[in-house]
Amino acid sequence: MPVKTAEIAVNWLGVETTNRLVAIGRFFVYVGDVLSQTFRKAMRPALIFQQLEFIGNQSLGIILMTGFFTGAVFGLQIGGIFQIFKAEGLMGAATAKALTRELGPLMTGFLISGRVGSAMTAELSTMRVNEQIDAMEAMGVDPVNYLVVPRFIASLAIIPLLCIFFIFIGVIGAYITGVGIFKVDVGIFIEKMAQICTPSDIWDGLQKSAVFAVLIALISCRFGLLASGGAKGVGIATTNSVVTSLLAILCCDVFITYMQVKF
Amino acid sequence: MIEFKDVRKAFGKRVVLDDLDLVIPPGKITFIIGKSGEGKSVTIKHLMGLMHPDRGQIIVDGENITGFDEEKLRIYRRKFGMLFQNAALFDSLTVGENVIFPLREHTRMPLPAMLERVEEVLSMVGLPGIQHKYPTELSTGEKKRVGLARALVAKPKFVLYDEPTTGMDPLVSEMIDELIVQINRDVPGVSSIVISHDLKAALATAENIIMLYQGKVALAGTPDDFRHTSDPVVRQFFSGRVEGPMEFL
Repeated sequence: MPVKTAEIAVNWLGVETTNRLVAIGRFFVYVGDVLSQTFRKAMRPALIFQQLEFIGNQSLGIILMTGFFTGAVFGLQIGGIFQIFKAEGLMGAATAKALTRELGPLMTGFLISGRVGSAMTAELSTMRVNEQIDAMEAMGVDPVNYLVVPRFIASLAIIPLLCIFFIFIGVIGAYITGVGIFKVDVGIFIEKMAQICTPSDIWDGLQKSAVFAVLIALISCRFGLLASGGAKGVGIATTNSVVTSLLAILCCDVFITYMQVKF
Repeated sequence: MIEFKDVRKAFGKRVVLDDLDLVIPPGKITFIIGKSGEGKSVTIKHLMGLMHPDRGQIIVDGENITGFDEEKLRIYRRKFGMLFQNAALFDSLTVGENVIFPLREHTRMPLPAMLERVEEVLSMVGLPGIQHKYPTELSTGEKKRVGLARALVAKPKFVLYDEPTTGMDPLVSEMIDELIVQINRDVPGVSSIVISHDLKAALATAENIIMLYQGKVALAGTPDDFRHTSDPVVRQFFSGRVEGPMEFL
């Protein structure tokens, strides 16, 4: 009997592993398809602008609010610690460094994943379960070209820009707490920030943001295209898409940070 | 002409199309009937190149489409217009944008000509002047008719209807059936292929009926052939009796 159970377990493990590997392989084929269509086929400007408006314009409010409060809170926390060492003057620099290199891209990625990625998956999965994507295929139109590529291009163009807004407004938040609460001299705040936070920090942050944009667009659209099973399927696809995007962002963040620190 | 030769399709151990041979003549209204799960939709998906057979050939206008790659299939699919069971209109687009969609994607027609064609097909299905409305503002019957207008707008050679009257009230069903006849009569060279459970409509509307049973053709012929057949499976299906030789899954 135990031999039989072990056999079933090994069988199950084999099938599961194969299924996962096949899914990963298919994901990479899909990524190749999206990339080749992005660079080789004619763009759809109207659809790209529609997505730019949705991802960029409609997310700006939440990005600015979150950026401001993140900068302010980070300033408060770091300012409290720096005060112990009589180094409050460095709080602006520390906050700006953290915002440009890490908090800006990461928080923007999280926010966009929750607000935009979930909407992309929900929209595409609803289209899938309502046969709208089947109709598109039946009309000889490639859903990847029509639905995914414009979202991919728009995400890649606008999410790093949102990240810059996040960093900028975050620094303003930190400035208000530094100058207003910790009585840091305005000149010192700005001078130290300019001294310690270099353009390469901004460049590194933008690289991360661009990678996160790619992940959000690809993962969200993929889950949407593969959805099945009515309203419940839409819910499952949306949840899985957001969770996967967040995990992918965190994993890639570690990897990119390591590469940036090491090389 | 459409021809299926020894087409086999299995999902796991379940064989849905079992060396299926069928012929759909050009220019006629052909109904593909059969009980649920007999492979009607799978047959249509194979015809559209949305599914690939495990073996066999699908020959459309003399070309075997089973060897086509995805790019070639996309071009091939332009021969077809399809009315989906739930119309499958893009709900983020207006009626006008839905109907113009195939023209925008596949033709280089000037915009005024496209708009004129949209108005023409909407009039053909009895819904002129509703281009500005969204699908959510339409009744189920109107959605079907807009779906039909979209299927017809690019002047396809084959129009496929997937359960066009399922879930419709008798009046709307009658109207859709009349539209199928009208389109087949008025649009030159078009062939209509209808998947349906609706036997009354099949007998009244079809010029050719194909009944699928256990992955094969149980009977193919004119409505009169079906009325006078002695095949027990066909007779049971037409009488709607549970008792008989027909196996239920």
